[in-house]
Amino acid sequence: MKVVVDMNKCQDHGQCVFSAPEVFQLDDSGHLVYTSDPDEALRDQVEDAADVCPLQAITIED
Amino acid sequence: MAAQRIVVVGASMGGLRAAEQLRAAGWTGRITLFGAEAHPPYNRPPLSKEALAGTVDFPSLALRRRSSVSDVEWRLGTTVTAARLHDRTLELGTGEQVAFDGLVAATGVRPRRLPLPGPAAGRHTVRTIDDADGLRAALLRPGVRVAVVGAGFIGCEVAATAIGLGAAEVTVIDPEPLPMLRPLGRPLAEVLLERHRERGVRFALGRTVTAFQGTDRVTGIVLDDGTELPADVVVEAVGSLPNTEWLAGNGLDLSDGVRTDELLRAGSLPHAVAVGDVARFPNARYDGVPRRVEHWSIPGDSAKHAAAALTAHLMGAEPDRAPFAPLPAFWSDQHGFRIQSFGAPSLGMDDIRVLEGSADKDITVGYHTHDRLVGVVALGGPKAMAGAARHRAGLLAQPAAA
Repeated sequence: MKVVVDMNKCQDHGQCVFSAPEVFQLDDSGHLVYTSDPDEALRDQVEDAADVCPLQAITIED
Repeated sequence: MAAQRIVVVGASMGGLRAAEQLRAAGWTGRITLFGAEAHPPYNRPPLSKEALAGTVDFPSLALRRRSSVSDVEWRLGTTVTAARLHDRTLELGTGEQVAFDGLVAATGVRPRRLPLPGPAAGRHTVRTIDDADGLRAALLRPGVRVAVVGAGFIGCEVAATAIGLGAAEVTVIDPEPLPMLRPLGRPLAEVLLERHRERGVRFALGRTVTAFQGTDRVTGIVLDDGTELPADVVVEAVGSLPNTEWLAGNGLDLSDGVRTDELLRAGSLPHAVAVGDVARFPNARYDGVPRRVEHWSIPGDSAKHAAAALTAHLMGAEPDRAPFAPLPAFWSDQHGFRIQSFGAPSLGMDDIRVLEGSADKDITVGYHTHDRLVGVVALGGPKAMAGAARHRAGLLAQPAAA
């Protein structure tokens, strides 16, 4: 699974962090950092994270 | 026997998420979505902010779709005029009849209008892409004077965006003494008022609109104290009305939305569910009183729950009886700062405490019932948002309130 976040869209809401904390985090200054090739076992979490992104900035490329 | 079909009426976020969650719940039959707008499902919050400001374009608002819904049938630009739930038949605006086995009501809301006569030209609401497109064009006219009626989320966001676009005058009118007083409470509403004023937004608070001026198009409004306020653009941001007329005649409680049970089922019908803004559901996390909740997170949360119950029923299984108990959450972006809420501030308005920060920068405020935190709202930048997120876990972990 390949995860891409459009960082031009992302506004660091952090909703994805609540859904998939192993894949998405906010750093000390509140900006998003993420893993672009998470384990397939996390797919449901990542789908949920993409759903709840207020800017719809997360895409999953299979 | 024909394949079983679920119809989803409403093709905005709630409808799309319902279709996706039906697939996730194991529904392999047909799914048909009906949408009154010609646009495929899109994200509405930017319509009063980034899209209105022009920093994102309208096509980029399209909601991401899961690959699981590549086989659903889309009937966009199609109005559903009636549903006969016991006969399991829809009637379309074209006169066509569509049979179904299960139904998802996801028709959302439309803006309430001021019940005052006056010219239509110059009066705007903000709900659809077409609305935002029209308002943006009006706000870009040089020297434009804007009256925003309603100091809720949409009104405050539109006022901030209009100032950012260079409007000559922006005035927000509301019968309450402070902006966003009901969702935020007095301390934060006072901070918000100050921040808007510092950036040039004017307010007429404690006032209502009694008349529109102008013949061919709006030239101003009249307030209840007799003040005449010249305006080229009037934005009516005075709440919304649920789109339920098409469900009349089925014996449902349609007073302020579709009344559902704790599984999002309309009335007691196991083959009809409601999701998103149109659903009036009891939240088991709080007092169980049925309410409509127009938060961005609700379409997704309710779709997940409703789709599981509907799929289980149609496949002859017992639905998971866990009641729907979402943690409310909302945000708003105004000027350069964000407001982020988790939990139920409205249940703790009598005991509001500053948890972190101060009014002049980042501030996080807690709302309490019987000395227990029931909601948190942060206002400011990333530091305040991180503060709110820390409290969210505690709010989620709390047992249902009495």
